[in-house]
Amino acid sequence: MSGETSTIDKMVEQKYQHGFVTDIESETLPPGLSADVIRAISARKNEPEWLLEWRLKAYEHWLEMEQPDWAHLKIDPIDFQAISYFSAPKSDKDRPQSLDEVDPKLLETYDKLGVPLHERARLAGVAVDAVFDSVSVGTTFKAELKKAGVIFCSFSEAVQDHPELVQKYLGSVVPQRDNFFAALNCAVFTDGSFVFIPKGVRCPMELSTYFRINAAETGQFERTLIVAEEGSHVSYLEGCTAPMRDENQLHAAVVELVALDDADIKYSTVQNWYPGDENGLGGIYNFVTKRGDCRGARSRVSWTQVETGSSITWKYPSCILRGDDSVGEFYSVALTNNYQQADTGTKMIHIGRNTRSKIISKGISAGHGQNAYRGLVRVTPRAENARNYTQCDSMLIGKKCGAHTFPYIEVRNPSAKVEHEATTSRIGEDQLFYCLQRGISEEDAVSMIVDGFCKQVFKKLPMEFAVEAKALLEVSLEGAVG
Amino acid sequence: MSTMLKITNLHATVAGKEILKGLNLELEAGEIHAIMGPNGAGKSTLGNILAGREGYEVTQGEVMFNGKNLLDLEPEERACEGVFMAFQYPVEIPGVNNTYFLRAALNAQRKYRGEEELDSVGFLRLVREKLEILHIGDELLHRAVNEGFSGGEKKRNEIFQMAVLEPTLAILDETDSGLDIDALKTVAEGVNRLRSKDRGMIVVTHYQRLLDYIVPDKVHVLADGRLVATGGADLALKLEEQGYAWLEDGGIATLNVESAAQTAKP
Repeated sequence: MSGETSTIDKMVEQKYQHGFVTDIESETLPPGLSADVIRAISARKNEPEWLLEWRLKAYEHWLEMEQPDWAHLKIDPIDFQAISYFSAPKSDKDRPQSLDEVDPKLLETYDKLGVPLHERARLAGVAVDAVFDSVSVGTTFKAELKKAGVIFCSFSEAVQDHPELVQKYLGSVVPQRDNFFAALNCAVFTDGSFVFIPKGVRCPMELSTYFRINAAETGQFERTLIVAEEGSHVSYLEGCTAPMRDENQLHAAVVELVALDDADIKYSTVQNWYPGDENGLGGIYNFVTKRGDCRGARSRVSWTQVETGSSITWKYPSCILRGDDSVGEFYSVALTNNYQQADTGTKMIHIGRNTRSKIISKGISAGHGQNAYRGLVRVTPRAENARNYTQCDSMLIGKKCGAHTFPYIEVRNPSAKVEHEATTSRIGEDQLFYCLQRGISEEDAVSMIVDGFCKQVFKKLPMEFAVEAKALLEVSLEGAVG
Repeated sequence: MSTMLKITNLHATVAGKEILKGLNLELEAGEIHAIMGPNGAGKSTLGNILAGREGYEVTQGEVMFNGKNLLDLEPEERACEGVFMAFQYPVEIPGVNNTYFLRAALNAQRKYRGEEELDSVGFLRLVREKLEILHIGDELLHRAVNEGFSGGEKKRNEIFQMAVLEPTLAILDETDSGLDIDALKTVAEGVNRLRSKDRGMIVVTHYQRLLDYIVPDKVHVLADGRLVATGGADLALKLEEQGYAWLEDGGIATLNVESAAQTAKP
């Protein structure tokens, strides 16, 4: 242990060498990536040896890999040595002490989204626990879950409290060398969420990172692992509609879902990271690997995502339909405005018999936004009677944006039935004029038309999320027309 | 009666081409005017200019509507002032519920006029009332705006919107196009029920047959960007008999004499 601590000390010293002066008690590692940095992270988190080994192995793989360039994206080179890979959660002392200290622009956005006042403080990272009694909210919530046998905690806690579960499932869906960014995450991930639903249990409430108090500061390389045992059900909500006003920054997360026999996992995301300004400066690189493994017979994994933030989005929530009669679903709305770019879609890998998958993708491009749908439907030789239905619609708002569709279909079993439908429409001048002629303002008309376009996906979101998603689209589209 | 709409010397171009070349028209509250004319005469252009569609450029002239310069207003403001257009080709807005759409429109207009917005209960009551007046069922209410509607359903929906929005001036742009005779009758009956002493209507049509069912107070013939003749309902019949070609063969002169004689009557 003492050896590890001295590594941190060394890092801290190094920081001073580079001329950084800070009086906040420094728990941030200086920029740079090396085996030592990984050891330091692991030590700081008091991790077991096997996990450190796992991280280091991932790092070795990563060193041999190259950043993928096949996506329809223009990515400025990333200097991986310029990133700091560990930043401990801020202590209450460093957080804003009241809403008065929070960026007024951020508060304005909350206002538009209709986020309740006491939630705004929490979203903005104000140290609210004592004031708003969120501790007691958290406690009630934890007690109820515990009664049901559900484990829902931070990844770090899970490593300490349930190492056997973590070791059994970690990396079993997304292998370390799956892709460049996943490998990086495996090496340096700092925290995330862990969910375990035991056999036969229907999780008594929607689980959400929104409610997990310590989730606000999980950093840019988080990991989520959800395991649903036989016959269990869980619905998980990720992200909140609050824009995180971060500067240009890499966010490389990994999400792994494991569904055993008859288990059902529903994973909903509303992603609104900082998209950069109207000239395309700043914003998050959101490079995320999400995959669900329908390991058991009759299991189901359903992804719903509303992606409105980030300057660049690169993510393909996928389903491995391994179990017979398993079902994979992907419902997506991706919006790009200003100079945002998105290359997103899904992969449905049919392995078991009678497996079914459904893909509904809605891409909206405004401003100079570029939006690509990229989807793979693969039917392997032994996947008898596989079924896929894909519907992929793009909407263009204005004349400087772009929509692209890259469907890949690989069928190796003649009994498969694969359908693909795609449409691209420009938000009609005719539609817009029709609304205006009835007295509806241009802004309301656009959000109404876009909302209608996305309805199929919004229907899949939990009620309160759907309302927020709609509000979020409206905010994101402000000034897109006219 | 007072003049609701006064169009003076209206010139307009579409994509650089002059379509209207000095059009004059006066409409009083309570009146229905039909505008007929051959294809390409500028009938639809007139409607689109009144409604404020982009791409139509007014180069000269004036349009006064209830004392306001209509051309100064944005399209949505014109709608809120009471200008309604029943479209020739109503567009589909997938995923947007028809009732929701109409309520949003009505409330936008009420807000503009400084009236309180209607809640869903109040709105539904209004909708039921209007459906009854028009003798139409509520099956269109639950669907998305015009999505998958037949030609007849689309036109019926336009008339239904008009009933709910209660405009001061309604422009019916080729409402008869694409309708079979039964659908035409239904739509015309609806329009007739919405006739009122406070409401003016401009019925733009190529064919006379619509005017069998919606009997206008005046018929104007629009040719080559101008109103070349004005008369009573019988003018439409004459056109039907003789065809538009007859206008060019000197018919206009005859008509103008007739209509001048008509106007001269006390």
